[in-house]
Amino acid sequence: MTDKKNDPAANPLGGPQSMGHEWDGIEELNNPLPRWWLWTFYATIIFAIAYCVVYPAIPMLNSATQGTFGWSSRGQLAAETAKAEAARAGMMAQLAKVDIATLDPKSPLMRAAVEGGRAAFRINCVQCHGSGAAGSKGYPNLNDDEWLWGGTMADIRQTITHGIRQPDDAETRTSQMPAFGRDGILPPDQIDDVVSFVRHAARLEGNSASARRGAGLFEANCAVCHGADAKGGRQFGAPDLTDAIWLYGGDRDTLHQTIANARYGVMPAWGNRLDPATINMLTAYVHQLGGGE
Amino acid sequence: MSSHQDRAGVKAGGAKARLYARRQDIFPRAVDGFYRRLKWAIMAVTLAIYYVTPWLRWDRGPYAPDQAVLIDLANRRFYFFSIEIWPHEFYYVAGLLVMAGIGLFLVTSTVGRVWCGYACPQTVWTDLFLHVERFIDGDRNAQFRLKKAPWGPAKIVRRVAKHGIWLLIGLLTGGAWIFYFADAPTLARALAEGNAAPIAYATIAVLTATTYIFGGLMREQLCIYMCPWPRIQGAMLDERSLIVTYKDWRGEPRGHGLKRDAGAGEKVGDCIDCNACVAVCPTGIDIRDGAQMACITCALCIDACDQMMAKVGRPRGLIDYATLEDCKAEAGGAPPVPIRRTVLRPRTLLYFGLWGAVGLAMVFALGVRPRLDLHVAHDRNPLWVRMADGSIRNGYTVKLRNMESRPRDVTLAMEGLPGAAMWGAMQEEGERSSTLRFTLPPDQVSEQRIFVLAPAGEGSRDFTFVLSANDREGGQDRDESKFERPEEQP
Repeated sequence: MTDKKNDPAANPLGGPQSMGHEWDGIEELNNPLPRWWLWTFYATIIFAIAYCVVYPAIPMLNSATQGTFGWSSRGQLAAETAKAEAARAGMMAQLAKVDIATLDPKSPLMRAAVEGGRAAFRINCVQCHGSGAAGSKGYPNLNDDEWLWGGTMADIRQTITHGIRQPDDAETRTSQMPAFGRDGILPPDQIDDVVSFVRHAARLEGNSASARRGAGLFEANCAVCHGADAKGGRQFGAPDLTDAIWLYGGDRDTLHQTIANARYGVMPAWGNRLDPATINMLTAYVHQLGGGE
Repeated sequence: MSSHQDRAGVKAGGAKARLYARRQDIFPRAVDGFYRRLKWAIMAVTLAIYYVTPWLRWDRGPYAPDQAVLIDLANRRFYFFSIEIWPHEFYYVAGLLVMAGIGLFLVTSTVGRVWCGYACPQTVWTDLFLHVERFIDGDRNAQFRLKKAPWGPAKIVRRVAKHGIWLLIGLLTGGAWIFYFADAPTLARALAEGNAAPIAYATIAVLTATTYIFGGLMREQLCIYMCPWPRIQGAMLDERSLIVTYKDWRGEPRGHGLKRDAGAGEKVGDCIDCNACVAVCPTGIDIRDGAQMACITCALCIDACDQMMAKVGRPRGLIDYATLEDCKAEAGGAPPVPIRRTVLRPRTLLYFGLWGAVGLAMVFALGVRPRLDLHVAHDRNPLWVRMADGSIRNGYTVKLRNMESRPRDVTLAMEGLPGAAMWGAMQEEGERSSTLRFTLPPDQVSEQRIFVLAPAGEGSRDFTFVLSANDREGGQDRDESKFERPEEQP
C-alpha cells in the first residue's frame, strides 16, 4: 500500500511511519503511543519504588526489608486483635460479673456468651469432649440429658471451675469407686452376677438367676452411691445405670472391667486457667447444647 | 535484520521516529442540525435520569426503604421500583448482563455504534464539557487564539472559570452517584452537615476527579486508547450495519471552489474540501478517510456537511448514515436500500428474538419467584444424640426467609417422621410439639436452631420440613432433610 496513510508527510500526526523493520513483506509501523500513557508508566515505576521503600519488600537473609512505615502482617493482626478486644471489653466485663444462671436466655448478652463459649470450647475442651461436644468412651457427651454431676448452669459452672478429681482443688468434684475385682472385694463370678443385674436393670437383658444373685450383691456393695434403684447419685457423680447412656460401654466385658478395676475420670479445674468471663461463656455454651437443665 | 540496518531504516524514513506523541488539542466547532438536536435531547434525558432517579420515592410499607432505586450494600438488597432483589437472586443481574451482551450485538449490527455516539457517559459528559468550554472561551477559532495567547488576566480568568465549572460538574456527578447507595434525602442532609460517612466523601472526591479528567482533559483519548468498546464493536459491524460514512463515489475528486472548478471544466465531486466535517469532529478525525476506530458515530459531521451542501446547492447526505452495501449499490447507480431492509434482517431479528426471550424469561421468573423460603441444615457434629430414655435427638439449623416487607406468621411442620416432636433450642424441652410457630420479621432471614426427638429405630430416615404461612396470602416451602439414628443399640 502506497496511499497517503503511509506517507509521513500526509499525516498531521506524523505516522504511521515505517520503523525500517520488515519481515516477509510485513512492515513494522510506528503508531506513537500517547505521551500521557508513558507518564502513567513512569508513575507506576515511581509508585513501585516508593512502595518498596515504605513497605517490607526486598528479601534479605533473615527477613525482608522492614520498610519505613514499619508495617508487618503480624503487627496488623496484633492491632486488629487489640481493636476487637477493646470493642468487646465492655461485654466481657459484663460477662465476668453476671450470674449466668439467671441471665435471660434471649438477651443479647446470653447470645454473646454462647458464641464466645463456642470459640472457647474449640480451644480448651474439644481435646476430650470432641468438636461437637459428643464425647467419646470415657468422656461424657455434653449434648444429652444425662449429667454425672448435674446439668444446671450452676452445676456446670462448678464443674468447669473446679474440675473433677483434682487433688489440688478443695472444691473439686470427687468420689472414688472401689476396684471390686483388683482389690479382692468381689470374686469374678460375683462380678458377673452384678453385671447381669445391672444389664437387667437397664433392660438390656432379661431376668436370670445370675441377675437375682447380683441384686443382693448390688444392694450390699453399690447402692450406697448408685442408689437402691440403680438410678445413680449426683453427689458422688455416680451414673444412672438404668438409662440408655453408657460412658464406658454397656456390654458385659466392659461392665465387668468397670466393676473389677473401677473408673476414675478426671477433668482439669479451669478456674485457675480461664478468666471468669470465659468460664461463664463455656457454661452458657454447654448448657444450650440440648441437655441443659 | 541487524541493528545497524534497523537504524538505517529509521533514518531512511526521513523524519526522526517519534515513539510517543503528545495529545493534539481538539477544538470542535459548534454545529446545528438534526443530529445535534437529537444529541441535545438524549443528553437531557440521560442526565435527567442520572440525577433524578435517586430522588424518586416508592412506598414499600414501614419496613423497607421508600427510595425507588436503591442499592443497599449494607443490608444486601437491591430495590428497583416494585422489584426487590436479594443476594441469592443474583442470577437476575447475570440475566441483565446476558441481555446487555445480546443487546450490544443487536444494536451494533443494526445501527452501529450509537451507544458510543449518543448514550455513553463519556460522550455525554464530554459533550457537556465542550459546551462549557465554548461558553467560556468561544468557538473553535477563539479557542485556538486563546491557546496561543500569552498568559494574562483575561486568559487566567477564563481558564479558572472553565476548570472551575468543570470541577463543579464533576462534583455534582460524583455527588449524585452516592445517592444510589443510601437514602438520598438523609444522605444529602448528612453531606451538608458534614457528618456523612467518610466513604461518601471519598467516593465523591474520586468521581469528581475522574469526571473532570475524563470529560475535561482526556476526552477522545479515553475512547481511542482506553476503551475496549470500539475494538469489540468494530468486530461486530458488518457490511449491512449503519455507520457514518463519507460517500467518496459522490464526493471525489474534491473541488476547491465552485467558480474555479466550474471554469476549469473538469469533473469535480460534491466535496468542496471545506473541512467542516473535520472541524466539528470531537475525536479530531477526518471521516473522509473511511470508517475508523476513532469514529464514535456522533453524526455531527453529517450536520456540518449537510449545512455546506445546502449552501452550495447540492443534495444533502454526502456524509450520512449508510451501510457499506448501500454505498456500493449507490456508487453503481442503484437506488438506496430502504432503512427497514437494513434494520430488519435475519441477523438482527435473531438477536432481537434472543434478547427478548431472555427478558421475558426474567420477567416470568420475577413473577413466580417464591416470597417464603425454607432452608434446613442438619447438624454435622454430632449427627445424633442418644437421650437417657433411649430416644434419639437430632439438631437442625433452620433458615426462614421472609421476602415480604411485612412480618409473617408461619408454621413449621414435619412430614414423614412418625412419633417425632420438635422444639426450639431457646425453648424449654417441655414445650415440644409436632409443629412450631414463628413470627418472621419483615424482609429478613431468621435463623432458628431446633431439636427433633424421635424414638430409637432402625437406621436413618429421610423426611421433609414444611413451612406454611398462616396469613391470607398463604404460601409454602418445603425442604428435605434426614433424621440420623445410630445403627447399633447401646
